[in-house]
Amino acid sequence: MATRQTAGLARLMRAPAIILLLIWMIIPLGMTLYYSFLNYNLLNPGMTSWAGWFNYQYFYTDPAFWESIWNTLVLVLGVLAITVCGGIGIAILIDKPIFGQGIVRILVISPFFVMPPVAALIWKNMIMHPSYGVFADIAKFFGMQPVDWFAQFPLFSIIMIVAWQWLPFATLILLTALQSLDGEQMEAAEMDGAGPVSRFIYLTLPHMARAITVVILIQTIFLLGIYAEILVTTNGGPGYASTNLTFLIYRAARLNFDIGGAAAGGIIAVVLANIVAIFLMRAVGKNLD
Amino acid sequence: MARAVSRNTKIGWTIAAWFVALLIFFPILYTIITSLKTEQEAISGFNLIPSFSLSSYETVQSQNNYWRPFTNSVVISVGSTVLALIVAIPAAWAMAFSPTKRTKDILMWMLSTKMMPAVAVLVPIYLIFLKTGLMDTRIGLVIILMLMNLPIVVWMLYTYFREIPGEILEAARMDGASLRDEILYVLTPMAIPGIASTLLLNIILAWNEAFWTIQLTTTNAAPLSAFIASFSSPQGLFWAKLSAASTMAIAPILILGWFSQKQLVRGLTFGAVK
Repeated sequence: MATRQTAGLARLMRAPAIILLLIWMIIPLGMTLYYSFLNYNLLNPGMTSWAGWFNYQYFYTDPAFWESIWNTLVLVLGVLAITVCGGIGIAILIDKPIFGQGIVRILVISPFFVMPPVAALIWKNMIMHPSYGVFADIAKFFGMQPVDWFAQFPLFSIIMIVAWQWLPFATLILLTALQSLDGEQMEAAEMDGAGPVSRFIYLTLPHMARAITVVILIQTIFLLGIYAEILVTTNGGPGYASTNLTFLIYRAARLNFDIGGAAAGGIIAVVLANIVAIFLMRAVGKNLD
Repeated sequence: MARAVSRNTKIGWTIAAWFVALLIFFPILYTIITSLKTEQEAISGFNLIPSFSLSSYETVQSQNNYWRPFTNSVVISVGSTVLALIVAIPAAWAMAFSPTKRTKDILMWMLSTKMMPAVAVLVPIYLIFLKTGLMDTRIGLVIILMLMNLPIVVWMLYTYFREIPGEILEAARMDGASLRDEILYVLTPMAIPGIASTLLLNIILAWNEAFWTIQLTTTNAAPLSAFIASFSSPQGLFWAKLSAASTMAIAPILILGWFSQKQLVRGLTFGAVK
């Protein structure tokens, strides 16, 4: 079908997208790499000089760096655990014969469409605020002392918000997978005397394995870049208690005007994201055709 | 699930599912309720029945000029999506209808650009924006968001286009259709639903983007995501006002989102789950 003429036309049609993405990848990344070897501070741009590996060394030996790496890990794994387990449970629940399934679906999916700053501010002020939030109202109702969530458990509070945002995504994808499960197979297993637990472990879970893999992969990519939720709630604090790598680099670039340091951090973030991507792709490769 | 289920079991599951659904939806519901309260009511304890006062909406509009960030959001999300479609439709079309050996590799490479953390290129993009005067302009954000979502747009369109059966083209050709007829009367009508879903999902993604919008705008070009983020400062802490601004920021996209649930799964999993 592809004559020489259509092949040439096809190349022409592909070119703009490929060229644009190439530029988008190579130029900024190349600049980041270059800046990472400079002593370059926006407060003192005249003093720019070659720094060698200094920025990397500085970043790497900063205790805040390791704290932020740890926070990034806790944040990603915490949200993944909540959303995957919760998502499986809710997907199974919605898949049961219930009245008003369409509306239930819409209610459950809604948090995904709430933009991150709004989600974070709603939780910070309406739900978790120590004097006016719903949690405080509940605590007072039971005669308990309200918890100041963002001061006492900053990272945990952010995990809650982010998990609320991503639970719908996990639920929706797992539900889609669940609905393609063969009902007759389920019935056969039931007739053979398999209980609900063994049916879940031997039929439902293996069937959903691919979807679970996809949920973990895609969420990890997005969760590594969590930013706005931190900015509007704790601003990374107290200290560095809720600063992840993304936020640490933002701090270096925008609050300390340290271009060299932020660029070095950016390169480290790229390396980490790639390790995660490769590791995940390998670990789950068998599930992705 | 054609099996007969006893009415009681069904009622039981219904109660459980509705309870969970309402729990998840509660923060949004409570925000809408609070937006209809007066500031005094909003801080006087838990209360689900507001006085249906619209004063907070008026305050947000008159004090903060709500329409400016709203128009910015519309221009930026629609603009970046349409621009991405203009570049992506030919590319996805070519890859779906005349694939080469490298098509798979190109698609995978495009996907990999999505794995690059945004913060890694914060420094150069920020400096470029400062030097070229793109800082705090809508056009700057349109370009960035367009590039950011381009891989998803290409992938989504590709999975839709690939489902258009090739035999239909052959049949049209047998009936004497010219290339122009083919594209105009056969392919385009079949491609439009896919293009529409791609458009919808990407407007949602661009509307909710909150890293670049906060980094690259101050006041003039700030869309709703950046506008709302500015409410985190102490002088913005008025519960009813915050709720009104939040409700207005999420309502349009929430409604769009409800219509695009199915495409969401497909678009965000790059066709891996349908």
